[in-house]
Amino acid sequence: MPAPAFHAEYVLRLADSTLVLGQRLAEWCGHGPMLEEDIALTNVALDLVGQARLLLSHVGSIEESGRDEDALAYFRSESEFRNWTLLELPNGDGAHHDYAITIARNLMFSALTVPMWEALTASSDQALAQIAAKSVKEARAHLRHASEWTVRLGDGTPVSHDRMQAAFDRLWPYANEWWADDPIDAAAAKAGIGPMLASLKPAWDRTLDAVLTEATLTQPTRTRFLSSGKHGRHSEHLGYLLAEMQSLARSDPGAQW
Amino acid sequence: MVIREVIREVVGETASALSREASAGACDSTDAGDARLAHAAALAASVPDPEIPVITLGDLGIVRSVHSEAGCVVVTITPTYTGCPATEVIAADVQQILRAHGFADAQVRLTLSPPWTTDWITETGRERLRAYGIAPPGRQAAAHEAVMRFVPRSRQAAALAGSAQAAHDAPITCPNCGSIDTEQLSAYGSTPCKAIHRCLACREPFDYFKPY
Repeated sequence: MPAPAFHAEYVLRLADSTLVLGQRLAEWCGHGPMLEEDIALTNVALDLVGQARLLLSHVGSIEESGRDEDALAYFRSESEFRNWTLLELPNGDGAHHDYAITIARNLMFSALTVPMWEALTASSDQALAQIAAKSVKEARAHLRHASEWTVRLGDGTPVSHDRMQAAFDRLWPYANEWWADDPIDAAAAKAGIGPMLASLKPAWDRTLDAVLTEATLTQPTRTRFLSSGKHGRHSEHLGYLLAEMQSLARSDPGAQW
Repeated sequence: MVIREVIREVVGETASALSREASAGACDSTDAGDARLAHAAALAASVPDPEIPVITLGDLGIVRSVHSEAGCVVVTITPTYTGCPATEVIAADVQQILRAHGFADAQVRLTLSPPWTTDWITETGRERLRAYGIAPPGRQAAAHEAVMRFVPRSRQAAALAGSAQAAHDAPITCPNCGSIDTEQLSAYGSTPCKAIHRCLACREPFDYFKPY
């Protein structure tokens, strides 16, 4: 009997979110502000893509569609992606990569994924629990990296402070998507597959409070803005990201190297 | 290709069942006795890590089991980092060495559980890393330990004045001169598993195998 649709959909949100952020971070390869950070961001990207591969393969097996990780990553269109919108936003404005945006997003995301993977280690979906037990170790390292840079830049020069503050002001509204649970989250929570993300908000708030305070930054005011990437309605940025990520696989299907 | 199949097997019960069926048909019927299994296990454990060739898969603790299924030798390994590119090479290397020693139908599988930890690196492995110039990992951080470490401002000033290690870390010993007067240059290095450190006594930079 095929698994209920909400199960694959719930895992797909995690899979696409790790994949899309992995792709965004990989854009820093060769452009990092210093060599060590170039390496750091691409290593974080590698972890995320590794998690995405396991998760996408798992989605394929849940939905029993015969689609493998490559079919899911390379041969779905924009509206079929279920990542949270925050993760597809560019690293800055156009060609200008902004390290503050990248660090602020990594902090917001890893502050979510650490408690999320911790909760998922107890998932009734055993394969997902196994993926979570590995991913949580990597997410902790990502959180440490992002928190240290937030403090360094926030509590740095007036310029770095202002840029960090502007980055959080800009990205903050996109966290609302996590706290707006929908029937997919509710069904997954009921089946013991994973937590409703809103239940992770207190832990997320504590982490962000601690880091922003240490970084002498001000927590932005919560707004009513609500993004909808998890429902397949994305910002204008995802299409460009996918075009780059998918072009090789689509122009030469089955390519190996 | 190999890794695709094994990953699918890890995550999909159905895929796993199908693949077992398919391989059972391909397997020769000679029973893999204890001696043969021990031989296969020794071969798998002897494969050098593709990224850090001074240590073997046995030293790393990633060969989880060797057993026989319908006469076939099945070697189960566990990946280190989820995205570590060496995983695919490792699976292929194990397959190759087994084939070369008469285990034509040997299978390599991946398992995620229990998750690999650097605490599984053997004493021999740790010594080999040190001799190669890589500081072996400290104890894996317990889940309840703080992920974020902010140095209080008073201690920050003290740390800046002196040369010491960040206040919260256990000392990391320089693999070249044995000094514990070392500092981290970068939390990420040439492979996912390593950080870059520097010895303040002998001034040599070195790799540190991060606890995972």
